[in-house]
Amino acid sequence: MSSFSLTDYLRTRGWRHISIILFFVMMVAVIGGIYFATQKVEYVWRWYRIPQYFFYKDTTEIRSEIGGEVVSLVPKGDQVEVAIRGVDVEEVYPVPAHSLKVSKGDYIYPGDILGVYQKWKVGILLIGLWITLKVSIIAVLLGIVIGLFAGLARVSKNPALRWTAITYIELIRGSPLLVQIFIWYFVLGTMFNTLLARQGMSQLSPLWYGVAALAVFAGAYVAEIVRAGIQSIHRGQMEAARSLGMTYPQSMGYIILPQAFRRILPPLAGQFISLIKDSSLLGIIAVRELTKATREVVTTSLQPFELWFICAILYLILTFTLSMFVQYLERRTAIGG
Amino acid sequence: MVRAENVYKTFYTTHKIEALVDVSCQIDKGEVVVIIGPSGSGKSTLLRCLNMLEKADKGHIYIDGVDILDHKTNINKVREEMGMVFQSFNLFAHKTVMGNLTLAQTVVRKRSKREAAEKAMALLKKVGIPEKAGSYPDNLSGGQQQRVAIARALAMDPKVMLFDEPTSALDPEMIGEVLDVMKALAREGMTMVVVTHEMGFAREVADRVIFMDEGKVVEVGTPEHFFRDPTHDRTKLFLSQIL
Ligand SMILES: Nc1ncnc2c1ncn2[C@@H]1O[C@H](COP(=O)(O)OP(=O)(O)O)[C@@H](O)[C@H]1O
Ligand SMILES: [Mg+2]
Repeated sequence: MSSFSLTDYLRTRGWRHISIILFFVMMVAVIGGIYFATQKVEYVWRWYRIPQYFFYKDTTEIRSEIGGEVVSLVPKGDQVEVAIRGVDVEEVYPVPAHSLKVSKGDYIYPGDILGVYQKWKVGILLIGLWITLKVSIIAVLLGIVIGLFAGLARVSKNPALRWTAITYIELIRGSPLLVQIFIWYFVLGTMFNTLLARQGMSQLSPLWYGVAALAVFAGAYVAEIVRAGIQSIHRGQMEAARSLGMTYPQSMGYIILPQAFRRILPPLAGQFISLIKDSSLLGIIAVRELTKATREVVTTSLQPFELWFICAILYLILTFTLSMFVQYLERRTAIGG
Repeated sequence: MVRAENVYKTFYTTHKIEALVDVSCQIDKGEVVVIIGPSGSGKSTLLRCLNMLEKADKGHIYIDGVDILDHKTNINKVREEMGMVFQSFNLFAHKTVMGNLTLAQTVVRKRSKREAAEKAMALLKKVGIPEKAGSYPDNLSGGQQQRVAIARALAMDPKVMLFDEPTSALDPEMIGEVLDVMKALAREGMTMVVVTHEMGFAREVADRVIFMDEGKVVEVGTPEHFFRDPTHDRTKLFLSQIL
């Protein structure tokens, strides 16, 4: 009765176990295959070189610009003020106490080292990641605002508002983001920066034109998502609110939008995940976001395989964090009961 | 209290639908008027024109002496004084029963949260479901939802209540509980306009009955008149079908 039977095992849990094993086998095969191929082209993996592009120890040397004698060493906090008196000049250099390399009475030539110390610095990949994060967050926030208003205009009864929204949405959705980025930077940016220069004001950096391009692009898609969300709420909700004497904006704000919000969240998350990925296009207008930073490091380090994998994984971390956050929001805003 | 004069309403879809044709009627203060008629005869449209959920094309509608079709009229102010109960309840799905009852009180009537909550509780007791204050509409039966909807409208202290087939979406065993609430309201002297197929309710509570057909008011009279000897053939036919 209780004897082991292969067919019974297969019928119950067997296929499931085999599938799981198959999954891992395939994963290992793919990774192994890639590794094998790189061996064939004699690629040398040097993962140990990667961390320096996140953090590295920077050596700073403090050098004297004049020649002369060290006349005094005055401690000030954890610094020491090294005073050097030359022929007809005297200069004071603050040097961190632990890195001091001279003592009183030493004779110093111009260019001599007074102190050497090392400091941890943020590497270019991490800076690139930060720029990507910053650009994405600002563009997402602006995109929400633009999309909300455009979406509300889209469902408005007022033809001026509605047609403006439709024009905006169709224009933006009908052309490639890359072209829009060029227009923002090379057309609008040139115009605006020239006007600023005429007024004697400083120029806006490419980053801001990039943010504008992404936000306006995302806004058009968000507008359609908002419109669909609003229209998915039963007409009776608006009528009930209006019949109680609430104004149109009150009904929207208290009744329609809160209910639409939950339905809007999943497509909105998808849109913003796209936005994070699309920010990789900003490299072409000299915004040093993650992709551009990676490209720069690749040209200097000659470790493209590791770096592009790392780059992809960093994007994955950003997008995954965002979808986790949205799932949390979805749970939080679930209608209780 | 409510007076409609020569009201027209036409919908343009694939073809032209004349939903209301030269409709005139009057509802006095404290009166309960029941509107009956076959489906598609314009009963809902008339009711919705009375509080401007639909805008009448032509004619005049006076609420408490105010011409609501005059574009200088603030329609939100007029609606504050008119409660409406829908066939499909239309409770706010994301709010609790308490939230449904207090929202417009605080937002529109500017009552304090406490005042609104007290009023809400009193009304929930009146419609017989105070224990459901914390529930969400989805967890209520149809009858309970409709009673909450009535309480929600009453919370605004309306001068007129409009009911658009309030029991048509209910399971038969729940119709009674909603009609009871409406009867109690009628006894208190509330001015009511009720579209319904519940002839028992019409007979028992209505001061007057309006029969509509094809967008027109065909016949107006007391319930006795209607159920003993209606004048028009259309009315007779309709009543013979429904009774
Ligand atoms: N929003 C609308 N758009 C187009 N046609 C409508 C609309 N509302 C009502 N109608 C039409 O107007 C006529 C009257 O409808 P209604 O007032 O709902 O009738 P009842 O409530 O008596 O059943 C029907 O033919 C209906 O199809
Ligand atoms: Mg109807």
